[in-house]
Amino acid sequence: MNINFTLIAQAIMFALFILFTMKLIWPYMLRAIEARQKAIADGLAAAERGHRELEEASQSADQTIAEARGRAADILAQTERRATQLIEEAKSAAKGEGEREKAAAKAEIEQEFARAREQLRDQVAALAVAGAEKILQREVDAKAHSDLLESIRGQL
Amino acid sequence: MAAGNLTPTSYIDHHLAYLTKPIGDGGFWTLHLDSLLTSALLGIIGMGFIWWVVRGATAGVPDRRQAFVELLIEFVDDQVKGIFHHGDRHKFVAPAALTVFVWVVLMNAMDFLPADWMGLGTNLISEHGFRIVPTTDVNMTFALSLSVWLLMIYFAIASKGFGGWLHELFCTPFGVKPIWAAPLLVPFNLLFNLIEYVSKPVSHSLRLFGNMYAGEIIFLLLWIWAASGLVGTAFASVLGLGWAIFHILIVLLQAYIFMMLTVVYIALAHEHH
Repeated sequence: MNINFTLIAQAIMFALFILFTMKLIWPYMLRAIEARQKAIADGLAAAERGHRELEEASQSADQTIAEARGRAADILAQTERRATQLIEEAKSAAKGEGEREKAAAKAEIEQEFARAREQLRDQVAALAVAGAEKILQREVDAKAHSDLLESIRGQL
Repeated sequence: MAAGNLTPTSYIDHHLAYLTKPIGDGGFWTLHLDSLLTSALLGIIGMGFIWWVVRGATAGVPDRRQAFVELLIEFVDDQVKGIFHHGDRHKFVAPAALTVFVWVVLMNAMDFLPADWMGLGTNLISEHGFRIVPTTDVNMTFALSLSVWLLMIYFAIASKGFGGWLHELFCTPFGVKPIWAAPLLVPFNLLFNLIEYVSKPVSHSLRLFGNMYAGEIIFLLLWIWAASGLVGTAFASVLGLGWAIFHILIVLLQAYIFMMLTVVYIALAHEHH
């Protein structure tokens, strides 16, 4: 055990080595390690973000699909309603038309009928006058007997 | 080897002799060139290797060399992180711990080199003696521990101020209350602190020195046995192998303990009582 100047020389050497490590080794290593840690953390964060975005996208897609489905159903329902309405309208229009036609026909028939009756009546009246003329063997003054003729015509 | 008639004492003496160089008058003004040379070489190789790797360090996928250095640095950093909570450890404590660990491991590891084979080489430098394990030189271990001791005092004063440091020197750990007991407590406090300040560097350095020195002595004893004949060579080789394997543990463990104590002492210096 002989302590000598070696001790001081070694202590100086030790100080120099610490200084070397402090200045030239540690900062570089730390930088590399921290940069890598940051890269890893960034990567993990990006993965997490991607995951979340995917989830959001699928959610929004679901929503869009649901909306579209709802709209389609709405349109379908509306169309059906419209179709029913159209059919109803057509039906009622046809019915109305039919009624009108029927009424017109009826009116015409009645008119025809009335006209025919009138004709018939005139003819019967004429026939009756002619008959009476034959019976009386002379001409009937239509003027003089117009009241009578009218009443006969009325009775027919 | 060099000695003509080989006795155990001369053999051990020979292997534990330093290569000295006087640089002045008196015993103190001497240099152990062997310790200085080996430790400087090992420090330059060790720290230089790390520096070389670190200069080319990439933040991407590290190659094997960089992964090894990173493993080492993160191991040291983890230890420091667990102990030192008094500011930015990256500024001083962690690099210092790395330096201590790498340097001491390398110096301890010189113990594995077979003493007599190394002698063939070192004889070219010095026929008289060349000790290749710097940590078996008490100057080396005290250089480390006293440096740490100075750092301890420096950081204690830096973190608490000179007044705060003096206050702690006189008023802790027993305190000065009640006030009538203060005259009795103050000397006790001072005595206690002085013992602590003396025992820390002494135990710090002698633990390392003792372990490495004892390891070296055991190797030398085995090699003396090996020189005693064929049976001795066989036994000593087997035992030497066993001791070398066990010594791997001691080398790493002592370096680890030395580093941990360095960090602990510096951390304690920051602590306010």
